[in-house]
Amino acid sequence: MKIIYTDVLIIGGGLAGLRVATGVKDRGHDTIVLTLIPPKRSHSSAAQGGMQASLANCAMGEGDNEDVHFLDTIKGSDWGADQEVARMFTHCAPKAIRELAAWGVPWSRVARGDHTVIINAKKETITEKDEAHGLITARDFGGTKKWRTCYTSDGTGHSMLYAMDNKAHEKNIEIHERLEAIALIHENGRCYGAIARNLMNGELVAYVAKATTIATGGYGRIYSVSTNAIICQGIGQAIALETGVATLGNMEAIQFHPTAIVPVGILTTEGCRGDGGLLLDKDGYRFMPDYEPDKKELASRDVVSRRMTEHMRKGKGVSSRYGDHLWLDITILGRKHIEKNLREVKEICENFLGIDPAEEWIPVRPTQHYSMGGIRTTYQGESQTLKGLYSCGEAACWDMHGFNRLGGNSVSETVVAGMLVAEYISDFCDKAESSVNVQSATIEKFLKREKEKIEALLTKKNGEDAYVLRRAMEKIMMEKVGIFRNGDDLQEAVTELEELYIRSKNIEVFRSKSRAANPALVNAYRTQKMLKVALTVAYGALLRTESRGAHSREDYPERDDANWLKRTITAWPDENQTLPTVSYEDIPISNMELPPGFRGYGKDLTIHHPETKVRQQMVDLIKEKLEKEGASRHEVQNALMPFLKKLPKKYQKFNERLGDIHE
Amino acid sequence: MSELEKPRILKIHVLRFDPHNPNDFPHMETFEVEEADGMTLYIVLGEIREHLDNSLKFDFVCRAGICGSCAMLVNGRPTLACRTLTKKLDEDITLAPLPLFELIGDLSINSGAWMQGLNKRLETWIHDKEQELNINKLEERMEPELADEIYELDRCIECGCCVAGCGTIQMKPDFVGAVGLNKIARYHLDPRDKRTDEEYYELIGDENGVFGCMTLLGCEDVCPKSLPLQSKIAYLRRMMLRTGLKG
Repeated sequence: MKIIYTDVLIIGGGLAGLRVATGVKDRGHDTIVLTLIPPKRSHSSAAQGGMQASLANCAMGEGDNEDVHFLDTIKGSDWGADQEVARMFTHCAPKAIRELAAWGVPWSRVARGDHTVIINAKKETITEKDEAHGLITARDFGGTKKWRTCYTSDGTGHSMLYAMDNKAHEKNIEIHERLEAIALIHENGRCYGAIARNLMNGELVAYVAKATTIATGGYGRIYSVSTNAIICQGIGQAIALETGVATLGNMEAIQFHPTAIVPVGILTTEGCRGDGGLLLDKDGYRFMPDYEPDKKELASRDVVSRRMTEHMRKGKGVSSRYGDHLWLDITILGRKHIEKNLREVKEICENFLGIDPAEEWIPVRPTQHYSMGGIRTTYQGESQTLKGLYSCGEAACWDMHGFNRLGGNSVSETVVAGMLVAEYISDFCDKAESSVNVQSATIEKFLKREKEKIEALLTKKNGEDAYVLRRAMEKIMMEKVGIFRNGDDLQEAVTELEELYIRSKNIEVFRSKSRAANPALVNAYRTQKMLKVALTVAYGALLRTESRGAHSREDYPERDDANWLKRTITAWPDENQTLPTVSYEDIPISNMELPPGFRGYGKDLTIHHPETKVRQQMVDLIKEKLEKEGASRHEVQNALMPFLKKLPKKYQKFNERLGDIHE
Repeated sequence: MSELEKPRILKIHVLRFDPHNPNDFPHMETFEVEEADGMTLYIVLGEIREHLDNSLKFDFVCRAGICGSCAMLVNGRPTLACRTLTKKLDEDITLAPLPLFELIGDLSINSGAWMQGLNKRLETWIHDKEQELNINKLEERMEPELADEIYELDRCIECGCCVAGCGTIQMKPDFVGAVGLNKIARYHLDPRDKRTDEEYYELIGDENGVFGCMTLLGCEDVCPKSLPLQSKIAYLRRMMLRTGLKG
């Protein structure tokens, strides 16, 4: 029996996991990062367009601050987010980006003087101030009031991840590559690490730790077409679920990105539209202003994806052998701009479509892109129900995105959450209660159980083919749990997925019987786990009889705050049950800084909660009184919803901006 | 391919070997796959695994030419398989793992461990001991053009194509390769890294570094990100020569 002990076990080597690792190491704790692949190949590297942080350096970002970023994030979430968490996040985003700047990310910078840009299909001139020259610049993104998305061309995630991984090397962080966590070790409501399988030689290893962090990203690959890397299969969420103790939050909240290329589903960044690109239909007509006259192509992602789908349903899509699509036109930005700021997009168009996007339009359609849901945690990133289990980044639901994430907020979340959760974990590890009191018999029990599961898959006779089950699952998710949802389809999806799940208990790995590197075996056990995750998504979507953010029910088009201002919590307490257990957690209005309101897209169909009015009046009163007294924006904010004390001390200070210095 | 034309039957010849199986030995195996519109080697290999042989080992992650996982020899040339369209190739396609890296099995290689070793050896991170970082204050300024130049070199995806295409490393296994030299060029350009020329000389001023390169420049020919490897190696060599003569 191979057992490896450490203080903090981190599962996942993307931006969030690596940032937790450097943070806990700085605090003097030992750490090991387990990754399926070399960290630099993580899906974080695929983030193209940028990272939101309210630096307010560039001309179009002037006047930006945490308050505006907070407002955009909450509106974007359709009031599903935890407002304290969103405040913590927007407060720390400028710190995180400045840290990354010092760690080597070559952020694109403000250049003084006049620049020609494309805004609403017209050429305009903006003038960058002298004093901003050389500071980090930003571009426009959907659903934001200011230009706030900082970038390195359209390889932002790549540059961030490389800087972060290099930092991890500098700190001598132990990274165990090609190790897959397949089960959590836990007892009496406390997590003690994980059983991991070496993907090269098949060895099972028990990693025992005071704190275990899951930072494995999203679960987009339960859909047959997704912009996600093929490793984003929800295995992190599944192993948390399989404890029967830890819970998942808002699994039905799935984001569809408006512009993935057809048919392969590779992303072209929101930066294309942020920089001035347009969406056109089969007649070459720019349709978005008809639907959203105010924000047009730069409405929130969920809104643009729905509008595109509506427009295609009206017969305005371009037909192709792979189904209908629309066009993304970036030719108007000019070759020079594309080759400098959209070069990954250009490479993708050349390599996968054989077109030059400076000359031709790009075929796009909305495609699964982001998982707002994930392992439900407190604002400290700890599971609400399983002590010692932490999670952050896309894997988690702590919950700053609610039912729709803003573009540019995902990589930003990874590094901010990583920074914060590292401190909370370190605080926990500093305490005596964190010590590992687990008997070796317990560890052995988990190891034995996992070994037996793998043996069963390899030795079963006349069993099911995992590839067949998985393809069926992916198809159900695509067709019945998509952008627009309805009760009949969702009920069918749940019934069919449940059947698949029952069949998945009988999976047999055909022919390929190796106990070492064996892709068929990996697919077999992951398919069992993915089906559980798919069920939490479909079942949560079926039960939520309202439309909120990316969860859009044709049979319930209203956002129903009166009944549904709550988070969906799913668990799997008994391994014999074939559907997840669902419960709900209220999102209290009484302490909201920004009480529920209208997002400003389409018609206002909100069914308001009676408390909203009461809270809004109180907020207005407090604001009016304090503003009259000449209070600062920080004082007003603090009176409405204090959050600073929840942050680790070292991150409580206010952020300096150019405006503060030159006023 | 028009709708009317009969699709080609591709013959995919794969160099196979499972080092964990004592009875196995390296051998070629051929799979036949019907070509489809817009087909890439990612799709081809996925079809082989799902329908013809589920034990076939290969690595894809982003499948979008971004992550560098899937470098392999396609008809003898190192390249990213995920973005290789079959329509640009003949019906007979030969696939083999990148040489020089540890073989996990079939087309899957452990390039990650090699790159991790390289990064540690060359200390590919910002060295700045003096400055206490205050992340509440404005960030340090940088000239916009310089940031762009650094990004240009930062685009390396550590796929290993340049290593597989390198003549020098065949003879000097400890040679840092173009991937290593490019990283040094990147940090040397970056004013945030306070290392001196002498410190860089310690890292690459020898036969396993910039003076080992025989200037065959296979690296630049095969780099999927079209990095300016030739000019950066030449630049580093001049710089290091100057530093060496000074010392």
